[in-house]
Parts: sequence; C-alpha cells; structure tokens
Amino acid sequence: MKYDVMLCKIAEKKQLTADVFDLTVEAGELAEAASAGQFAQLYVPGKTLRRPISICEIDRAAGTLRFVFQIRGEGTAWLADACPGGTLDILAPLGNGYSLGNTRQKAVFVGGGIGVPPLLEAAKAFGENAAVLTGFRNEESIILKEDFEKNGNRVLIATDDGSFGYYGLVTDLLKGLDFTVIFACGPVPMLKAVCRTAAARGVPCQISLEERMACGIGACLGCACRLKKDGTEFYGHVCKDGPVFDSETVVWEG
Amino acid sequence: MADLRVSIAGVAFQNPIVAASGTFGFGREYSELYPLSTLGGISCKGITLTARPGNPPPRIAETPGGMLNAVGLQNPGVDRFIEYDLPWLKQQGTVIIANIAGNTPEDYCRMAEKLSGTDVDMIELNISCPNVKQGGVQFGTSCAGAEGVTAAVRKYCKKPLMVKLSPNVGDIGEIAAAAESAGADAISMINTLTGMRIDIHTRRPVIRNNTGGLSGPALLPVAVRMVSQVYKRVKIPIIGMGGISKWQDAVEMLLAGASALQIGTVLFTDPYAPVKILDGLSEYLDRNHIAKAAELTGKMIPWES
Repeated sequence: MKYDVMLCKIAEKKQLTADVFDLTVEAGELAEAASAGQFAQLYVPGKTLRRPISICEIDRAAGTLRFVFQIRGEGTAWLADACPGGTLDILAPLGNGYSLGNTRQKAVFVGGGIGVPPLLEAAKAFGENAAVLTGFRNEESIILKEDFEKNGNRVLIATDDGSFGYYGLVTDLLKGLDFTVIFACGPVPMLKAVCRTAAARGVPCQISLEERMACGIGACLGCACRLKKDGTEFYGHVCKDGPVFDSETVVWEG
Repeated sequence: MADLRVSIAGVAFQNPIVAASGTFGFGREYSELYPLSTLGGISCKGITLTARPGNPPPRIAETPGGMLNAVGLQNPGVDRFIEYDLPWLKQQGTVIIANIAGNTPEDYCRMAEKLSGTDVDMIELNISCPNVKQGGVQFGTSCAGAEGVTAAVRKYCKKPLMVKLSPNVGDIGEIAAAAESAGADAISMINTLTGMRIDIHTRRPVIRNNTGGLSGPALLPVAVRMVSQVYKRVKIPIIGMGGISKWQDAVEMLLAGASALQIGTVLFTDPYAPVKILDGLSEYLDRNHIAKAAELTGKMIPWES
C-alpha cells in the first residue's frame, strides 16, 4: 500500500494551547506505511476539500498516528471538536517526508509555531544527536517541548515577546551551534533564513512547505510551488514532490 | 443486474462513469486506490501542443459547496503524453479520452492530427478552460468560435470528437448546435463557472490568477439545467458533468439528457466517489427494474408550461 482511505478511531485527544489540538488515531496499516514528515488528508463533513495535516508522530507498534494542528477555519475547528471514540476519514500517508540519512550525525531541527509538529517524528530518530530550536509567539503558545525532550533532543526555545527562553528569532539560535544537517518547518520568512544559513555554512537542509491543496496525491496540480533543477525553474507540487524539499531546489518568490 | 454499458459516438464504455479532465491527472495517482478498469473511461488532464508551466500559486480556494481553481493547464505537452502516459493508460482497461486545449485553431488541429495516429479512443476539444489568457474559453463563448475550431479540427481528427462546452455563455444550446453542425460527434458539459473570492484582510483575490473556475456540488443545478437545454437542441450524445457528487446526482444528470457522466471535484472529497456512484446507480436501476442505464437518458418528465 502506498496510500489509502481508512476510517480511523480517535484514541486520544488533548488541547495543547488555546487553538492547538492533539489527536491520536488508530490507523494500523496507514501507520505501518507512514514515515516522518509525511501528511494526511482529513475529511470534514460538508466541506469539498479535505484538510491536509502533517503527521506529528507514528507509533507502528500501537498502530497509531498523531496529528497536532491549529484551528485556522471551520474545517480545523470541526476536527478540534472531534472526540475519542469517534472516527475520522483519513487519506494517508501522503507525500515525501524527511530523508534522515545517518542519524548519528549532528542534526538541528528548526520549527516555528504550527510548523513544529511535523519535526517530532524525524527528531526522534536522532535522539541525543539532535538540537531542536523552536520559535513561538509567547510562553502560552509553546507546544511539544516535553515530547522532544523525551526523544533525548536538546530543546532551545525562542519567543517573539521574550516571555520564555530566547527573546528574538528562532533562527538566531543557529548562530552558536555546531551541526551537519538541518531539518525545518515553519513560516516562509523563517524558512528563507534557515536556507540562507544552510547555504552559508554549506550544510544540507530539508524544509517542509505548505500550499493550498485539493487532491493531495498529485493529480490535480493545485498545490504548485516553484522549484529548480539543473538551473531550470518549474512548478512542482507540494503534495507529491514534497511537502519536504531539499532547500536548494526551492525558488522563493520576491 | 442492469446493463451499465453505454455507447457514445461509436465508443463502447463499460459503464457511464468517466473521470473528469483536470481532476484525475493521467490516472496513475488514483490507480493506487482502485483498478482504473472500474471506470467507464478517463478524460485525461488537458494537454497542449507544447508543455505549459501553469499559473503561479495559490491556485486553489475552497468555496461554499465547491472550490475555485486556476491551475492554468499545467501539462507536459502532447508528445510527452503520447510517448510516456498513453502506453501506460492503454493497459488499464478503460476508455481513454484525450482532452486538448490550444491557443489557436491550428494548435488544436496539430494535436488532433498527432492523436489520431495513437490509441486514444476519443478526443475532447477543450474550448472552455477559463484559466488561460489565450485560447481556451475564447473559442467556446461564441457560436462562430465554437463552429470554426470544431470544423477545423474535424478535418484532421480521425477519432470520435467531443466538444467540451463552457457555462459562461448566454445560450449554451446555440453553442452546442454550432459544434454539432461543425461535425462534433458528442458534447461534454459543463466546464467550470468563472468565479472570484477576495481575502477581506489583504483585499486581494484569494487566487493569484484573480479569477478561477468554480466546480463542485454548487454547480449541479446549473449543469442539470444546461444539459437539459442542450439535449433538446442536438442529436449527438452528451456526457454530463458539473457537481455530481453522489449517485442521485448521476441519475438526475442522465434524466436531464446525458448518456454518460464525468465525475470531477468530488474526487478531492472522496477519492473513491466514482466507484460509490457507480454502485449506487447500479442498485437504483435494479431496484426500479430498469434494464439499461441508457434507458434513463432524457427521461425527465417536464411540467407543462
């Protein structure tokens, strides 16, 4: 199985912040097939388009997938209202996730806001070899700190208002660090800064992108993103070519 | 079990459910979910004479009961389609319809000529794409345009020729009649309705192309009305589409005058929707002791006016 639709029972639900929710679903075969950085398309009754949500954690032994998402509109608000015991209609696992390579190398993970959850499963593989730099608006919006620490990752946190950890941009935290590979997910200005640092230090870097999406599997060509290969620019697609891309293949607007 | 086979312009479809162009790619992605032989046919992603990059993102927006898109005919070009996609498609055991779009009538003619020498079963003339600056819908919004390009392509097209109509017109019946008189073997309808949404915070249209094509359940009543209108005007068969998302919608579309159906946007809600619609249609026929799907075509009983 590459991907499929399954009705999955919700095993657990937690509210992490005012608008961020955490759902664990029983998804046997989907969990078996999934890898770090992939995503799922969740069906919302009455809506034409499914909601693309990144996979936060995969537990193959338990046969579960974990989704941590933010309420952004009616669809995600419906998902946030879902309750344990209920079911979700899930198309997964989709897209290309992170290529982890040698997990003994020194990795740094950089995440901003709701871009943090897609990094958790990949960071798990690196354990103590990974530093995880996460940026949030303020102390109240910090998520998954303990989860990364449970992985053995060294966690450094930046906040926009200085209410917790470093007062400033999460990418500032890269300055004093020694690393050989970067994995990142978050807002575009953050990703651009991460890519600049990677290029300046000559370190490979994989970033996860987001775009409005319809089919989720590469058929409709809706979620276009500008890429380059061998010096030629073209539109690739976040759902099938990504969501994770080598930073060198991405062309930024403006 | 009822006979689901339909024949359109001499092409035998094992059932009337066809995947709509632009929503199904060249079939590979959905073949991971079910054998494509389950479907009556596939109308391939719109192809042009040379490869097109498509429009800049964002290309997609959700709307009440549907979505807007402005993909802009991103495709690898007709030669790559023939060389790379068609041989694989032909092994899938379903009817293959090549959907073609051009900037000029000459573009359409050259593509029809190339495809006439291949294994495609049918050619669908896309004169109704609203998302490209040149060509596309400009041919589909006037009788002269539709007639001109259909007649030109007819000379080069050795395959059954279907013309896909735009709903963004005054009298769609006239356009259909013009296509028929110019030699079309079938009509497919409707393409998307041109629409726009505006982000109230940035005051910019939510789609980078400003406007996009509206599709999805919101379109069904418009499409049913237009199919019914065209059914009265032409003798050639109609493949109906526009907002079909469940088997009941499919039955409506057949009653309005369609001989087969294209299923599009609902694939994004449920990729298995075409299979479910087919099962539902089959059960409906059995339950009502209707021997053939084809018996439903145009069997709406209108109120006396």
